[in-house]
Amino acid sequence: MITNDNKKLAQWAMDFALKNGCQASRVSLYKGSNCSFEVRDMKIDRLTQASESSLVIHLFADGRYGSFSTNRLEKIELEKFIQNGIDSTRYLAVDEARTLPDPSLYYKGGGKDLELTDPRFDSINPDEKKGLALKVCDEIMGKDARIISATSSYGDDKNASYMVASNGFEGEKSSSTYTLAGSVSIKGEGEARPESYWYDSAVFLSKLVKEGIGTKALERALRKIGQQKTASGKYTMVVDNMNSSQLISPIVSAMYGSSIQQKNSFLLDKLSSKVLGENVTLIDEPHLTGKRGARYFDNEGVRTSRMPLFEKGILKNYYFDTYYATKLATAPTIGSPSILTIEMGSKNIDGLIASTGKGILVTGFNGGNSNSSTGDFSYGVEGFLIENGKLAQPISEMNITGNIITLWNNLAEIGNDVRESSSWRIPSLVFEGVDFSGL
Amino acid sequence: MLGSLAAPSFLGGIANAANDKAAGVAFALNHFGVSESDMQKALAAALEKGGDYADLFFEHTFRNSIGLQDGAVNRASSNIDFGMGVRVLAGDQTGYAYVESVTPEEMLKAAVTAARIANSSGSKKPENMTEKPIVKNYYAIQQPWDLVSVKEKTPYLQVINDRIFELDNRVVKVNASLGDSTSHILFCNSEGVIYYDYRPMVTLGAVCIMEQDGKIENSYASRAYRMGAEFLNDDIIETIAKEAVEKTALLFDAVKPKGGEMPVVMGAGGSGIFLHEAIGHAFEADFNRKNISIFSSQLNKKVCNEHINVVDDGTIPFNRGAVNIDDDGVDGQKTYIVKEGVLASYLHDRISAKRYGIPSTGNGRRESFRMMPIPRMRATYMEAGNVTEEEMISTVKKGIYAATFTNGQVQIGAGDFTFFVKNGYLIEDGKLTQPIKDVNIIGNGPKALADITMVGNNYEMDNGTWTCGKDGQSCPVTCGMPSALVSKLTVGGES
Repeated sequence: MITNDNKKLAQWAMDFALKNGCQASRVSLYKGSNCSFEVRDMKIDRLTQASESSLVIHLFADGRYGSFSTNRLEKIELEKFIQNGIDSTRYLAVDEARTLPDPSLYYKGGGKDLELTDPRFDSINPDEKKGLALKVCDEIMGKDARIISATSSYGDDKNASYMVASNGFEGEKSSSTYTLAGSVSIKGEGEARPESYWYDSAVFLSKLVKEGIGTKALERALRKIGQQKTASGKYTMVVDNMNSSQLISPIVSAMYGSSIQQKNSFLLDKLSSKVLGENVTLIDEPHLTGKRGARYFDNEGVRTSRMPLFEKGILKNYYFDTYYATKLATAPTIGSPSILTIEMGSKNIDGLIASTGKGILVTGFNGGNSNSSTGDFSYGVEGFLIENGKLAQPISEMNITGNIITLWNNLAEIGNDVRESSSWRIPSLVFEGVDFSGL
Repeated sequence: MLGSLAAPSFLGGIANAANDKAAGVAFALNHFGVSESDMQKALAAALEKGGDYADLFFEHTFRNSIGLQDGAVNRASSNIDFGMGVRVLAGDQTGYAYVESVTPEEMLKAAVTAARIANSSGSKKPENMTEKPIVKNYYAIQQPWDLVSVKEKTPYLQVINDRIFELDNRVVKVNASLGDSTSHILFCNSEGVIYYDYRPMVTLGAVCIMEQDGKIENSYASRAYRMGAEFLNDDIIETIAKEAVEKTALLFDAVKPKGGEMPVVMGAGGSGIFLHEAIGHAFEADFNRKNISIFSSQLNKKVCNEHINVVDDGTIPFNRGAVNIDDDGVDGQKTYIVKEGVLASYLHDRISAKRYGIPSTGNGRRESFRMMPIPRMRATYMEAGNVTEEEMISTVKKGIYAATFTNGQVQIGAGDFTFFVKNGYLIEDGKLTQPIKDVNIIGNGPKALADITMVGNNYEMDNGTWTCGKDGQSCPVTCGMPSALVSKLTVGGES
């Protein structure tokens, strides 16, 4: 997808910056193509198709830094664009921490193929794509008298990028994604029209789940009928694998170099301290072949490797890019997560529910936020009461509130049911003593 | 940065653009390097498979931002985005394709792709084009961003930083940013409408981080308008600095309330997020034409107290949600969605208006040339009532007062909506007492609307950096509200 001409253009842009006053530069050139078919009630509702490309240039001039991006890739326009970028950068304050990475940290190549791009991508017949979307809708249509609307979609995209830096980095990446989704609205109680969805996503079309997406979406919608809020109180909370990543997200945000250096993190000064429960071992695992998020280098070209984040609850690493590591006078790691894995247990969601005597299964979050300085959170939720290890009343219009550190210290059990489509491979989770607000 | 691709001669006339209508499209054709004949050919190709409507949307956007961290303006970025999208409608079905080069060949390629949504032999011909003038320009600017250098912008962020540190000695970090964007939009469709719109935007914000007795808190203040560089002045800098400090300082004394159902007094201004989430989205007509909104059978029915009027308005000058002409080619408008307690109108785009057999309300908006237009809100607000905020609070024995907000969400069909209260107060025996922070509030749209029992006389628009997300598209909006009492919502908190 990335041609020699593309590479030459990126190299030319970098050289142009260096010849016009920059002491260092990094250029990334991106290309992508995508296509989607959306079906509503067995009729094609929307089709879209496009290809695109863009160039991002990072300029380091006289101790100053700016980043500039454009999708106007003719040289005559790029010349003006880069020159204007250099002019703008020169008006900024000097920031000595802005440098390219130490070249010794760069990925030098040689890794085996991570198998993130489907070789079939460009040869798939549009009728096959349309057929997959129609099949999902067909699994829903007419299957229950309460169905108001059935929609489904097939989407694919392929992205490739090439990056070159003036102190010796050159690297290339590409990936493909296929997604098949179904959603259903049904007649609920009163004016309510509960809706639910299901989807699968895969790097290779052959690995995409094509059967049962619509059926599962319908089942998830029907089980919502009769949702109501229940009494406020402390409950054992089971969170399914569609939603468990939301609860790791504030922790990952708090590990970024920008959060630490800006003192806007509840994980400040916690390195090597026991922060989370003993049962939490969270790893950045970048080289899992064929898995979304796999990569040999980060956004700066720094090579990736297996990196423990928490080991038995002890914070082992932050995400430090070159800039914030320099500011903090520490060693850089990588700038952002690759693939997150957590040490898993032995049960799937059914097993976790069965072993929970009384509690609430959360199957969806509805808004809410968390405080990046303190870790305090409050989120809207929906799901089901669990009674005697079985799902009972569907619930909605409730909030959970607490502190994310306390929550993860009350992690009782970790499931084994990771969703393959996610780069954050977090299975279903069970937490004790969570504050639910309802009636 | 200096925008070398802009056209200074035209930009100089922006303030008078409404008086110089012919220059609009003529400028745009030259700017994009296209001719009416090329566009007619693309529209004809788009309709070739039997589509009954087609449009072309050209966009050239320049974005710039500068940022301050650790006391210095030390980062800048810019982005140029250029391209055109072709949309074809066949009934309520849509075909869409976009390209990043607007040569006649590329336009035709996109048109042929989008045309595939239709599949009949009939071939409608596009009509001859007539310029649709911008009758009222809601964002005529004085000083185009293209002509303002980074050098001229940096002192404003430096002053924000310095003022925040001066105002409170607990401040440990300040992050400030100034972003501007300028979009040139050229639109034409198969019904012969062609227009040019110049869309400016500015956002200015500051995050304040304070430390007290080993505890850290953060909050922020921001403003956003469709304005040029005339937006920058000493007053706006002082306002943002003070607001960021006040909102952060409050948090050290704030607690989490006890959770559960209780009355909530929504403070004036940002509480408009309640309208946006509780009813605004569910009134968007795409959800209603598909019969999947909880309000789908409520049109022309009484949904709340007869003293309540709610508006979605694209005509507020310089407002972040202002729309001269929407991305369907329909004039910006002020639309009553609730009039005297009755659900008066949904928010329509071209497809839904046709389905309902009424004129569009001008809510068809798109994030960029990469997206098809869908119904979106603009500035959504409730008109003022006649109760003072003090009276309202005095009627609450035990509840909360919600003052500032960060984000919200809604489930269109079930009607459950949420908004996150960054700070507020407990109400005890009719008085504001302990400050509170970081609580999510959840309710159900129709119930919450019916539970509004008092509306204040203190309407305020919140001109913060509100961005609405829907179907993967981001859209600039605003919201506003007088204080209002909702008799029952579920407040997140400890049990």
